[in-house]
Amino acid sequence: MTRRGVDTPERAEESRKRTLGSRRRLVPYYLLSPAGLFLTVFFLLPLVLMIYTSLQSGGLLAGGFTFTWEFGNYTEVLGQYQRQFLRSIQYSAIVTVVALLLAYPLTYWIAFYAGKWKTSILLLILAPFFVSFIIRTIQWKFILADSGPLFGPIKDVGLLPDGFRVLATPFAVIAGITYNFLPFTALPLYVALERIDKRLVEAAKDLYASRWQAFRRVVWPLSIPGVFAGFLLTFVPATGDYVNADLLGGPGTTMIGNIIQQKFLTELDYPEAAALSVILMVVMLVLASLYARILGTEDVERAAGAQA
Amino acid sequence: MSAVAAATRPVERQAPAPLHRPNKRWTRFLLPVYTIVMIVYLSSPIVMMILYSFNDLPGQIDRQSARFWGFTFDWWKNVWNIPGLPGAFRNSLKIAFPSAAISTVFGALFGLALGRYRFRGTRGVDFVIFLAIAVPEIVLGASLLSMFVLAGFPLGLGSILLSHIGFSIAFVAVTVRARVQGLDRNLEDAAQDLFASPVTAFFKVTLPLITPAIMAGFLLAFVLSLDDFVISNFVAGQESTFPLWVYGAQRIGIPPQVNVMATILFAAGIIAAITNVVAQRRRG
Repeated sequence: MTRRGVDTPERAEESRKRTLGSRRRLVPYYLLSPAGLFLTVFFLLPLVLMIYTSLQSGGLLAGGFTFTWEFGNYTEVLGQYQRQFLRSIQYSAIVTVVALLLAYPLTYWIAFYAGKWKTSILLLILAPFFVSFIIRTIQWKFILADSGPLFGPIKDVGLLPDGFRVLATPFAVIAGITYNFLPFTALPLYVALERIDKRLVEAAKDLYASRWQAFRRVVWPLSIPGVFAGFLLTFVPATGDYVNADLLGGPGTTMIGNIIQQKFLTELDYPEAAALSVILMVVMLVLASLYARILGTEDVERAAGAQA
Repeated sequence: MSAVAAATRPVERQAPAPLHRPNKRWTRFLLPVYTIVMIVYLSSPIVMMILYSFNDLPGQIDRQSARFWGFTFDWWKNVWNIPGLPGAFRNSLKIAFPSAAISTVFGALFGLALGRYRFRGTRGVDFVIFLAIAVPEIVLGASLLSMFVLAGFPLGLGSILLSHIGFSIAFVAVTVRARVQGLDRNLEDAAQDLFASPVTAFFKVTLPLITPAIMAGFLLAFVLSLDDFVISNFVAGQESTFPLWVYGAQRIGIPPQVNVMATILFAAGIIAAITNVVAQRRRG
């Protein structure tokens, strides 16, 4: 590295190298420290403090909350909100599968066949997500409305009964979550498919594989990390979603996220709300650690970067 | 690979039909048509949003309806006419600019360290970044609120700003890291061979090369902050941002001006994204 200064005395050069070396070793830590400190205080610490909050007992009106290792909070919320938990997992499982089915052919075509149009098509697909989550969902509320632009004309013609509705049904909520989380499924899939060496497919065909066989035996196995990354980025966040159930759903579609939001922001029942969030967080941590252990963290991080 | 290619070449010359026949069946249209259908599906709420910003609502109604009544420019002329909305919009910008700037500086340094150096604890740091990306927003929002409540920190623009910086850093870091890893390190060594100090080499060689990624990271952080709903919903207290205001208003119906503002933001975002892509292409 330090090839210059050939004429300086050897000893001076060596000592300079040594100080440079030890200083150099510290460079990455200097670079990391501002963000590292920030993330420790505003990302890791809050997660720990949420666990602390979840073990408190008391009430806002009864003199505030105190830390008492109140594990009862967990058994209580698990018992009381079992229905919403199961419903959230069910919705989220459907969303994850549908999003994968929708996104796979799309990202496959872009990665393998879009050629010079790749960036433009990718931009077209991601462009809608420049609009705030909340506004997108409200637009779906209008589109799916009983006499909205989609069903209104069909009803006018008489192809659908007047009482037909989609809003406030589980279908509307699942469709809304699927739409909103599609990029989280599609981007990691795209990253995985894009990375596949296209010559491997050529080689398979050279060896007399049909199109289908080449896909089944070469492309699909190589894209599996992307499928799992998409699963990870969609499943747990979709389970915790409350905006779609709130805007597109009805009383029968309340999800666990709605309970968490209500308890935190309306009822101010922090310990129970925190207990519910901790359960989501633990599921997330387990899945994320398993994923990182088996497949590494690269695909997810590249997908996040691909948004830019 | 080369053995296969060598073996197939003579065969190709003898047989008139090449080994990989181009797909001539109708199925070749399947995926392109599907892609178009998906683009239409994905953009339908956006088309709806833009179209309905011109919705000529009947009578004195000033809340958006599901029916399109005809064209008018009224809402575009009176964008700022809704009490509370301009303030919320200003708050969004007041948070998005510093949030994007600070998270870009922090995240870029972080990405640089991750992309260039091997150090003790790389895997741990990497896992934290991975978690920050994969964590559900509701968990992040709930945990930040827990902390602010425990610490007695006042909820408002300050708590929103701190939270936004927190979740944007990881996205900037991975964007910059990808670019740093793609760099040819010989370039910097060459600069040092030509008597540039490490600092000079960094500013004259490395920094210009990673600037597009830093710009992209800034844009991403800006959009993430501007559009964020869930985390802001948790830590905003009595304050409002554009998405929060819209959420609050939708219970009684959203004024059409919301469509206008969202359309303007959308157009600005798209222009910025295209500019960045073009600039990146030009620089190679």
